[in-house]
Amino acid sequence: MAETGEADPEEVVKKLAYSFPIVRHTDMPEEMKEEAIALCISAFEKCSNNNENTAKMVKDSMDKMFGTAWHVVIGESFGFGVTHEAKNLLYMFYGGSLAICIWKCC
Amino acid sequence: EDDFGDYGWEERTHGKLTKPADQLDLTEAELKEEVTRILTAENPHAPQNIVRYSFKEGAFKLTSVVDQLAVHFVLDGCLIHQDSDEARRLAANGGEDEDAGEDDRPDSVASKTNEQEPKCTNQFNFIERASQTLNNALRDRSCQTVPPPRCNYSATATQWEIYDAYTEELQKQEMKKDKQRAFQIKKDGDQNKKKILNETPNDDITPMAMPVTLLERMVNQNTCNDIAQDFKYFEDAADEYREQEGTLLPLWKFQYDKAKWMCVTALCWNEKYPDLFGVALGSYDFSKQGRGMLLFYTLKNSTFPEYIFPTGSGALSLDIHKRNSYLVAAGFYDGCVCVYNLKKKGPEPEYKSNAKTGKHTDPVWQVRWQNDDMDNKHNFYSVSSDGRVVSWTLIKNELVFSDTIRLTVADPDVGGTCFDFHKQTDSLFVVGTEEGKIHKCSKNYSSQFLETYAAHNMAVDAVKWNPYHPKVFISCSSDWTIKIWDHTVNTPMFTFELNAPVADVAWAPHSSTSFAAVTTEGLVHVFDLSINKYQAICQQPVVAKNKTKLTHIEFNPVHPIIIVGDDRGSVISLKLSPNLRKKPKGKKGQELPEGPEVETAKMEKLLNLLRDSEQSSVK
Repeated sequence: MAETGEADPEEVVKKLAYSFPIVRHTDMPEEMKEEAIALCISAFEKCSNNNENTAKMVKDSMDKMFGTAWHVVIGESFGFGVTHEAKNLLYMFYGGSLAICIWKCC
Repeated sequence: EDDFGDYGWEERTHGKLTKPADQLDLTEAELKEEVTRILTAENPHAPQNIVRYSFKEGAFKLTSVVDQLAVHFVLDGCLIHQDSDEARRLAANGGEDEDAGEDDRPDSVASKTNEQEPKCTNQFNFIERASQTLNNALRDRSCQTVPPPRCNYSATATQWEIYDAYTEELQKQEMKKDKQRAFQIKKDGDQNKKKILNETPNDDITPMAMPVTLLERMVNQNTCNDIAQDFKYFEDAADEYREQEGTLLPLWKFQYDKAKWMCVTALCWNEKYPDLFGVALGSYDFSKQGRGMLLFYTLKNSTFPEYIFPTGSGALSLDIHKRNSYLVAAGFYDGCVCVYNLKKKGPEPEYKSNAKTGKHTDPVWQVRWQNDDMDNKHNFYSVSSDGRVVSWTLIKNELVFSDTIRLTVADPDVGGTCFDFHKQTDSLFVVGTEEGKIHKCSKNYSSQFLETYAAHNMAVDAVKWNPYHPKVFISCSSDWTIKIWDHTVNTPMFTFELNAPVADVAWAPHSSTSFAAVTTEGLVHVFDLSINKYQAICQQPVVAKNKTKLTHIEFNPVHPIIIVGDDRGSVISLKLSPNLRKKPKGKKGQELPEGPEVETAKMEKLLNLLRDSEQSSVK
């Protein structure tokens, strides 16, 4: 119990430490990237544990802001190969275990 | 009968009486009979004797009152009162009908319009009209843009990848933290912050300096191309027709904006680079003393000086070292002497004299470099109005002075205005004074003069030794005269009156008998004693008369050009026409010996002539 008790605060600390996003790959322009990342984080905060809703929210907002036909995939373990419009892809990690990939393609 | 009045009767009958066929023919008398008619409210058709059987009395009775009403016309109307039963009944009926039959709707609406809607279009006043305009033909248009570029991307998102990425990131952050703790800077742990690389646009063009100067020169030479051509090749053909006279062809004019208000006080050619010359700028006016400047121009770029040195007080004299031509000595109005090093950047002189190191107390009128002394140190001389001729030596970082001679030995309060050292015997020099006397002195004797010449009535502006003949020197003064001396003789050999204060005189480097002088009138006089002993072979105004005064003149050691400085801060270069630089014509077949000996001999011949004539006149 003591061990788990000690582990827990560590994990909490680690989770906190992991709560920043790491951009794995992107070719978006700076502004767009910043906005997209901010959007993702806020979406994650709102609908935590529901990846579908998060993705939906992100996709709708991106459509409104940057034009139609965005695709969003959120998950913990997946592989993907996508064709995207140039300068409209963002692939990043968040929260220590989530990966999110956003791209635009009509 | 009815009486409509007489209106329209005329129209109706067209003025004619038409008789109906069955009209009674009456006689006139009968026509005039008046017939009385009485209108009553009685209906003529109403029966007057209506008898009704009365069951009460059991007898037929005569109705006394007979209804006189005659009905002419009856029309049943279709208006019913809104609140009447029938109206209400109809309203209810009308509502049901609408829901039921859609097809009948227009009819039902039309039929009920006047019952239900209080407003209706007046059928008599309102007319509906409709028309159909031409519809333009429809056309299909379509366009296909280039689709935005697409790329493919693939990756795998797995837990271990995410974990690895995060640990890496955290490590990086740790390192950053440590570094910044070491530097004691506050850290933003946020990775999202943009890293702005400040690359200030560099305005530094020093790497470009060399090509830019070359380009500037090219452009300037292109603009003044004809001047450059004249400088090199132009020879005034008219000189063949002029017997002895020559002309001066104006070439470039060197001006610098900031030097406009200053007077050219000294000119000096650079021996090593004969296209470079130095100009000292200051002011001769006692009351208007301001700043000064040293400018160095090159003939290759006439628009802007190569080197600019602004000075605190007006510069009065300038000399460029013969061999180390980057060393420039200058004397100033405040009595200072400075040595500038052209190789070094920066406006400050390399050496400067101050009160402790023996600077003059009066303006330094002339400085001259000497040959390196026995310790191989550079040294130069200066002469000033305070009556001292001082020798300065450059020892390491300092200027060390030593008084050579004091002019005050003979007369107190006299100041020196110019001097020149003998070309061959270094120690011999002549000094001109403010009073008009010229002293011949030697470096070795500091207490007395070797000789004194009562030369001029006013201050001596310039003394110059002849470059070839060892005995001859020339002097000029504001008393309008130029005098040529043999230093062994107390009286001048030649005297020339120029009708204006002579500011400067210079020997020509190519001939021992020719020299040039400038006057404050703006004229340049060129003399050649071998051609004309009494008159100038060229007298040419170089600047606008009465506006600018010429202050100095120098011959270029190599090219046949002279530079003339004026009191507006500008320097004008002129080319000597062929007549002015004549070498003596040899007889046919005889080889002319060239070289300084010839020149010396030429001068000597002239002097001998003079001496002979003097002797003969004395006799």
